[in-house]
Amino acid sequence: MEKANTDADTAEVLIDCRSVWKVFGERNAEAIRAITERGLTKKEILQQYNCVVGVSDATLQVRRGEIFCIMGLSGSGKSTLIRLLNRLIEPSLGQVMVKGQDIATLDAAALRRMRARHIGMVFQSVALLPQRTVLENAAFGLEVQGVGKDERNRAAQAALAKVGLADWTARYPSELSGGMQQRVGLARALTSDPEIILMDEPFSALDPLIRRQLQDEFRQLTKDLGKSAVFITHDLDEAIRIGDRIAIMKDGVIIQTGTAEEIVMNPADQYVADFVAGISRLHLVKAHSVMIPPGEWAGAPEGLPCCPPEADIDTLIATIAGSDRDAVAIVEGDAVVGIVTIRNLLSGVRGDAAAVPAAAA
Amino acid sequence: MTLPSEFSPGAFLAPAIDWLNANFHPFFALITRVIEAVLGAIEGALLALPPLGVIGLAVLAALLAIHLRAAILAGCCLGFCWLSGLWTGSMQTIALVAVAVTISVAIAFPLGILAARRPRLEAGLRPVLDIMQTVPPWVYLIPAVMIFSLGRVPAIIATIVYGVPPMLRLTTLAFRGVPRDLKELGQAIGAKPGTILWKIELPAARPTLLVGLNQCILLSLAMVVLAGLVGAGGLGAEVTRGLTRMEMGLGLRAGLAIVAVALLMDRLSRGAIERGGRRPG
Repeated sequence: MEKANTDADTAEVLIDCRSVWKVFGERNAEAIRAITERGLTKKEILQQYNCVVGVSDATLQVRRGEIFCIMGLSGSGKSTLIRLLNRLIEPSLGQVMVKGQDIATLDAAALRRMRARHIGMVFQSVALLPQRTVLENAAFGLEVQGVGKDERNRAAQAALAKVGLADWTARYPSELSGGMQQRVGLARALTSDPEIILMDEPFSALDPLIRRQLQDEFRQLTKDLGKSAVFITHDLDEAIRIGDRIAIMKDGVIIQTGTAEEIVMNPADQYVADFVAGISRLHLVKAHSVMIPPGEWAGAPEGLPCCPPEADIDTLIATIAGSDRDAVAIVEGDAVVGIVTIRNLLSGVRGDAAAVPAAAA
Repeated sequence: MTLPSEFSPGAFLAPAIDWLNANFHPFFALITRVIEAVLGAIEGALLALPPLGVIGLAVLAALLAIHLRAAILAGCCLGFCWLSGLWTGSMQTIALVAVAVTISVAIAFPLGILAARRPRLEAGLRPVLDIMQTVPPWVYLIPAVMIFSLGRVPAIIATIVYGVPPMLRLTTLAFRGVPRDLKELGQAIGAKPGTILWKIELPAARPTLLVGLNQCILLSLAMVVLAGLVGAGGLGAEVTRGLTRMEMGLGLRAGLAIVAVALLMDRLSRGAIERGGRRPG
């Protein structure tokens, strides 16, 4: 389980969000004081101060090259949280560091520069300007930065080519389908070449087929360009498809942060467990999560079919089904690091963490 | 039963007006001179050329700046004013309304934007606008005439008082109605507030703003009749003359000429703004 995170752990932290709170309401200053001094709960804050706690004590880190998903149902505070990351909403308490800089300390001009150069944003509603062509929309970010027309149009053209809209530059947004409009939104964010892209439920309004297609394209594009992304969604499947790591939010609180596999295998509480109950483990759970140490297996590992620790359950099942043995040896380098039996596989498919010895070890 | 004292704001207002008149006369005289000069210049320019020349120029300008339909409309409207024998009055009215609408928009547009951003300002403005729209214009014409004396200046002031509220209300509505995510987009890409206003909010607000301008022009033209009453000349004077002499023909002609001028000004301003807004940058 640690293995999967080593790369990400060593990468530079681009967004560091430390114990951030957001309280909405007229008496939010008093409410914040009550929270810090007396530790009132969300419900008590609502009753005593008539204030709504949007985000409560959120801590997360987004590293370079990572796609970080924030999953939560409507009203869970995820849209508020993402707007705290580029200070579209001011935090009531806590710190947001972007590229090592506390964004609360930036003045208006520095904040505009930070947003223009380092943080792109894509909206659920796309927010294209209807009276501008696709090219002008894509170039809009550079236009407001004062970049010359030729240069910004070149950058916009390149970004539109990346999202597959090179032939649509002279059209108006109303002439495009929903999926294509969202591609323009993504191209607009890419045109300014930011390191971080904030995605606020970008694909939620699209129909399922287009959504899947865009999810795959988005992940591929982000990885190819080496961008980091914070991706908001209410759909766990989408979070699993896209995210390197996932944070699950409920009532303004981040309940659990981890890889899809960690969350599915070790849900932090009943809420998360209910959420992941319907998720197929076949491609999520990897051999290293379900294997037992070689010593605990009665047989000899010689002659067993071999798989790497990253092999998913689907691969393991195919491997066992294709051989005459009842177990697979998990090999890393030249050493056998574990054994996966049919029994382990069945527990893994159920996602029953208690029945998986390696997870507890 | 008699009341101990009647509520009489006039008792306080009349001395106040007198005091203003006595102490700020140079200031009011300056306003009068500026407005008269601008009005005179526009009127002079419109009347310097022969009617057919003005019509030709207007049609040409509409054709080049807007489109063929607007050019035809301009030709018909101005042609009617000319053929009905009310050319001078029509030009005076156009000058009067153009100046009044320009000043109304100059007041209402920035205030309307401010009101859209500050709910408290809007709450404070609302009763003022209600009063401006419901108090009969004759009432505030009295102090206006007292200060500026008879003529075109009090007429313009009455027209502005009438023209500001619809423009202001609709400006506020227009900027309130700009989708929140568009404004958020502007902030998220690091646009300056001025850039957000001109490049995002204004285009999104344009359709409602045009309704506001239309209302401003039409209501201003409705005040033209009143302007005739205080001696501002123009088509209003013709209507007044028709009424006092019970000349149905003259009144009707002047009334229709007002309609023609209204159509002309509304369609041309709308066409010019829509044309300018279609392909910015």
